Amino acid sequence: MTFETPHIRVQDLNLYYGANHALKNISIDIPDKKVTSFIGPSGCGKTTLLKTFNRLHDSSLEVKVEGKVLLDGEDIYAKGVDVTAIRKKMGLLSQRPFPLPMSIYDNIAYGPRIHGERDRHKLDHLVEQYLKDVALWDEVKDRLKAPASRLSIGQQQRLCLARGLAVEPEIILGDEPTSALDPVSTQKIEELFLQLKEKYTIVLVTHILRQARRVSDYCAFVYMGEIVEFAPTEQLLLDPKEKLTKDYVRGFLS
Amino acid sequence: MKVKGRNIEERFFKILMIISALIVVGSFFLIVGTIVVKGAPAMSWDLITKVPSGGFFLGGEGGVLNAIIGSFYIAAGSSLLALLISLPVVIYINTYLRKRSWLGNLTRMGYDVLFGIPSIVYGAFGFTLMMYLGMRASLLGGIIAVTLLVIPIMIRTMDEVIRTVPNELYEATFSLGATRLETAWVILKQVAPGIMTAILLAFGRGIGDVASVMFTAGFSDNIPTSMEDPTATLPLAIFNQLSSPYEGVRAKAYASALILTIFVLIISVLARLLSKKFSKNKV
Amino acid sequence: MNIRILKDKIAGRTMLVLTLVSILLAVLVAWGLFYRSLPLLENYSLTDLLTSSAWKPEKGEFGFLGFIMGTLWVTAIAIILALPLCLLVSIYLSEYAHPRLRKLIVPVVDLLSGIPPVLFGVWGVLFIIPLIQDHIAPSFVDNSAGYSVLAGGIVLAIMIFPLLITLFLEVFSTVPRDMLNASLSLGATPWQTVKKVLLKKAMPGMIASTVLAISRAFGETIAVLMVCGGNVPGIPHSVFDSGYPLPVLIANNFGETFSVPLYDSALLFAALLLFVIIFIFNAVSRIILARVKRKIE
Ligand SMILES: Nc1ncnc2c1ncn2[C@@H]1O[C@H](COP(=O)(O)OP(=O)(O)OP(=O)(O)O)[C@@H](O)[C@H]1O
Ligand SMILES: [Mg+2]
Repeated sequence: MTFETPHIRVQDLNLYYGANHALKNISIDIPDKKVTSFIGPSGCGKTTLLKTFNRLHDSSLEVKVEGKVLLDGEDIYAKGVDVTAIRKKMGLLSQRPFPLPMSIYDNIAYGPRIHGERDRHKLDHLVEQYLKDVALWDEVKDRLKAPASRLSIGQQQRLCLARGLAVEPEIILGDEPTSALDPVSTQKIEELFLQLKEKYTIVLVTHILRQARRVSDYCAFVYMGEIVEFAPTEQLLLDPKEKLTKDYVRGFLS
Repeated sequence: MKVKGRNIEERFFKILMIISALIVVGSFFLIVGTIVVKGAPAMSWDLITKVPSGGFFLGGEGGVLNAIIGSFYIAAGSSLLALLISLPVVIYINTYLRKRSWLGNLTRMGYDVLFGIPSIVYGAFGFTLMMYLGMRASLLGGIIAVTLLVIPIMIRTMDEVIRTVPNELYEATFSLGATRLETAWVILKQVAPGIMTAILLAFGRGIGDVASVMFTAGFSDNIPTSMEDPTATLPLAIFNQLSSPYEGVRAKAYASALILTIFVLIISVLARLLSKKFSKNKV
Repeated sequence: MNIRILKDKIAGRTMLVLTLVSILLAVLVAWGLFYRSLPLLENYSLTDLLTSSAWKPEKGEFGFLGFIMGTLWVTAIAIILALPLCLLVSIYLSEYAHPRLRKLIVPVVDLLSGIPPVLFGVWGVLFIIPLIQDHIAPSFVDNSAGYSVLAGGIVLAIMIFPLLITLFLEVFSTVPRDMLNASLSLGATPWQTVKKVLLKKAMPGMIASTVLAISRAFGETIAVLMVCGGNVPGIPHSVFDSGYPLPVLIANNFGETFSVPLYDSALLFAALLLFVIIFIFNAVSRIILARVKRKIE
């Protein structure tokens, strides 16, 4: 399945952890302003694939990446590319929330500050806006100076989402962002995703098929480092073409 | 603009880091290199095969065999003595005590702290102890002081190695009905190379230390023949020769320093090779 | 009772006793030193001993300030030189260097830690002293023999490289990778991430490591003795002055001059002073480091 103008286009991507061939010949188009989900068993390479989108493997040097990842048509692995500019375009939500070791306020202001925003009023304004965007403002407005680590896990994850939004990304990458959360917090995050897809392209790794169905427009099934099938979510979950997909989906949905 | 500025900062600090790494690595090679360059010309067979003849420190003939042998006696004796004390302690805190028991933690913390106590303090204490016991500066005195110094090194190293043993191995042997003592033997066999590393590190420390043996072992031109004999050590010999006003004697100090360098490098490399197995996830 | 179980029990008891006794060693050392310093402490007030710099044992004057200042000067120089260097190297090794490069550098650091103090002293005499005497000092002071607190500081700095780097690397490894990744994904550069996240998160552990290194520098004896040139007690006034640190005081005089009353007691008091300071520094920083590590597990 291909798109005219995909936001991200992956072409023949291979990734090795030393001798371990973790991603094999991945080619996929991630459509603009839609939610695309990746499902698949543990260890199949979902996190690994997601990290190739914003070159997070750069810091681990045993990793070798081959192939192309085109962002708006430009290869992010080409020579001379400004990695930080690419990462700025993508907000990452990890499996467990990792607030930075600073206050709630500073967590949100971290990104804008790094990119050169010094104006206090503007920062105040940004912090308020993005905390409201993730429905956290009312819960924390009286303790913006408190360390972010004091928040509950669910609040921390929303904070991390707001922190990512504050650098004005175009894409949100979520790596099982609800797996550490309670049902209520999970629901909040899912609702946020549905709102956010108006403005952002969202890529969501999840192992909850119901979540994929509730939130995503398109869905890819990853198995042993390969993309087995990629289709509109309803179709992939209810009427998969490949036998492997069928087996996997049945196991969960039957 | 902002982005450009931070890229310059990024590059600036990266260059600083590389320079720092070069300084640190370079300092090692500079030290060894200096000693080799200065020591090699003065090296001779006599130096390592003869004991000092009369007036050695005034430029006389002879070598430092007495000090080489003395250092080996002291390092070997104290490593052995320290092993006899350390091994049971490490076995006890790892197999008899539960993980995170307060006694185990206290012991570990205690040895971490003792590890930091400088050798001059052990030397001064050792000497005081000897006077109290009516002993004179002797091989035995040196061994005792150095033992105090190396016990913490040994215990810490062995403990670290034993803690890399997976819990499953304990569970497996326990579930075969083995007692804790029998389990300890299984564990020890498993980590034997690590124990060797600990012994080598202790030996290396013992052969090179001065401050602990300065007052406790004394100094002598002869090879010790009994535990009561005063004993020369290589580092102290180097120190004494270096304070000589005679250029010839100082040259011998450089050559002796080269001998000591070779010894400790061999020991360090051996220890590192043996410990490789256990340091996979540690740098 | 089964003979195996009996053996197990007896061995356990024996080892317990050995463990307890060996831990009591610290207490024994402290008590021994204290007991022998008592004669001095009974005759002089602690403040006088620590704040006077008059050192004339034959006349019964025991002022330790000169030695304490000597120790502080040498230690301060060593830390000022070693801290930034080791910090940069550790950041480089943990965040920037290729694993293969790290596998080359770390063993060298290990080998450096295995070099005995006396060899550092020899090298200091051969290399640092002439360097200071001929090249560094002439641009600042009229004449210096090279034997100075600066020489001691430089040699000590190199001696504490391995300790500092190993500890820093250990502390850095406790900072979760994902937290650093979070900063990177916001578009921060690696150096910004190091500054704002890594160093911030690692701060308590880094302070503890530095304190540990300071206490190592306090106690170093023979190398400092060989290059500091301290023969006359006195407070150094510049980095090119000679210095006479506490450990050197003990090493130079212990076991010889016991005919002078209270002299031995004074030297053991110096040892006690070293022991107490280093013990406290070590205990505090080890506790902090253990906390830092436990948080990760
Ligand atoms: N840093 C690494 N070094 C070596 N191998 C790795 C590394 N990270 C992941 N792998 C391997 O790559 C494969 C894919 O891992 P990945 O974390 O991408 O799986 P995943 O699909 O995200 O699984 P999960 O659902 O459990 O999060 C696995 O076999 C894993 O063992
Ligand atoms: Mg994953």
